[in-house]
Amino acid sequence: MSAISREEVSHLAMLARIDLTPDELDRMAGQLDVILDAVATVREVAGDDVPATSHPMPLTNVTRPDEVRPSLTPEQALSGAPESEQQRFRVPRILEED
Amino acid sequence: MATELTHHTAAQLAEGLRAQQFSAVEVTRAHLNRIAEVDGDVHAYLHIAGNTALATARSVDAALAAGEQLPALAGVPIAVKDVMATQGVPTTCGSAILKGWVPPYDASVIRRIKDARMPILGKTNMDEFAMGSSTEHSAYGPTRNPWDLTRIPGGSGGGSAATLASFTAPLATGTDTGGSIRQPAAVTGTVGVKPTYGAVSRYGLVALASSLDQAGPCARTVLDAALLHEVMAGHDPMDSTSLTGQYPDVVAAARRGALGDLGGVTVGVVRELGGDGYQAGVRQRFDEAVDLLTAAGAKVVEVSCPSFTAALGAYYLILPSEASSNLAKFDAMRYGIRVYPKGVDDPTAEQVMAATREVGFGAEVKRRIILGTYALSSGYYDAYYGSAQKVRTLIQRDFAAAFEVADVLISPTSPTTAFPLGDKLDDPLSMYLQDVATIPANLAGVPGMSLPAGLAEEDGLPVGLQILAPARCDDRLYLVGAAVEAALTSRWGGALLDRAPSLDREAV
Repeated sequence: MSAISREEVSHLAMLARIDLTPDELDRMAGQLDVILDAVATVREVAGDDVPATSHPMPLTNVTRPDEVRPSLTPEQALSGAPESEQQRFRVPRILEED
Repeated sequence: MATELTHHTAAQLAEGLRAQQFSAVEVTRAHLNRIAEVDGDVHAYLHIAGNTALATARSVDAALAAGEQLPALAGVPIAVKDVMATQGVPTTCGSAILKGWVPPYDASVIRRIKDARMPILGKTNMDEFAMGSSTEHSAYGPTRNPWDLTRIPGGSGGGSAATLASFTAPLATGTDTGGSIRQPAAVTGTVGVKPTYGAVSRYGLVALASSLDQAGPCARTVLDAALLHEVMAGHDPMDSTSLTGQYPDVVAAARRGALGDLGGVTVGVVRELGGDGYQAGVRQRFDEAVDLLTAAGAKVVEVSCPSFTAALGAYYLILPSEASSNLAKFDAMRYGIRVYPKGVDDPTAEQVMAATREVGFGAEVKRRIILGTYALSSGYYDAYYGSAQKVRTLIQRDFAAAFEVADVLISPTSPTTAFPLGDKLDDPLSMYLQDVATIPANLAGVPGMSLPAGLAEEDGLPVGLQILAPARCDDRLYLVGAAVEAALTSRWGGALLDRAPSLDREAV
């Protein structure tokens, strides 16, 4: 049984904001299927009584003093931007027209 | 003289600099010359920072001449993995999406290296965003294994490992999310250490999987790795997962281990990390290392970690999940390249982001982002990501039980020696299997080391021995590693790398 269809990969690519060519979609659907098949065993290993671990070292509420410290200048912060204007990141429009 | 300098260990260089047998400028220049000579073939470096390295070296020479007290590795050059932000020096992570990005700040670990007055020779090649085990997934072309230029140097830190094996740097940095320091060390005959999670700050490291990533030292000897480990590790308020409290003296442990007495140490051989899936020559060298440990006075026992068989599956759900989230920041707005979609007038930010990521990310990165997006999506979350996190608990329990009976655990680092370039590129799963023995340590946060165990009989290529220790007991890696290294180099009559091809132009 196929775990993941070409349409599903296409939907996931949209969610992940990656345009994929038809070729890439074909190839990736097959590869992801093989990978998912191989990792599916994790579902059978642990029972309901096993707690989940998200992090290797147990840590809680790590904070540091809320103090003003030197930081990047606006020029430095913008130095890697594809486009900037008036000390701001210049971005394409964010709303649909209609 | 120049060749000699590039073949010194970091410890020897540090000693010679302090005794003023040679200058820091001479040492840095020797390495830059060696890079010019051999790196065209090896391609370990993505960027060479010759001028700033020489400037650092000059300042060290001036300080030495003035009789100043300097840090232990002052004037010893280092190569830095391209995943670490370096102010004023390009940082690409081996990705086209970051082509030309020059960070406006230093990673904390780079800060520490600069405070240690170590000249940074350049940035080393890697699989894109550290996703891979061969360095073939770099957008800038693969690095070649100095032992055989037709083979992979491991990954993701193949560049760093190859600088050491081709003598273009005496030390290098790495990051290890599932084996990216240890597996390249194994297949290049070098030493690599993944410290306890949190021992080295992640601030300024481009994140792959935040709960697994850990930076560490790459070197040619166990002592050199310890010296660099000491520079890199330490609490950093800029990283909330940075360890606080006591941390062991790894340099002292390496020196003690070199004396060769492992009396009182119990070594556990992990039953699940060996056997049929491992190349015969790898198994043979591993078995010899076990005998050697016994001869050094260690008690060797077998331990079982049954959940390790599920580690690879859990890893390839947790890693893509975290990576898909971490890499969402590459949106073509604040840094990196921007690509406009073809044939679209006045595109939206979302369309620009999708077009940029199509061009900017390579196949493996796309594969893992989509896999992670799938594992985290509603309806699949519990079955995949949730289950993987439970496996993580089981793996931690296995480690805890094993460390009840053994002080350290050992296994082969990698199931095979270096494979030919291109061999596994179209078969992601077989590439993933390269990390089967290294992944459990990342899932549990425990430290691990790979060091040379010899050459496999069938192909004459390096085999790595992996040592694992409990969290915060990184010193045990160095104690046992140095003892194994001392015994093996005395048996071989010199370092394993003495047998690597010279790569010199005249010799080719």
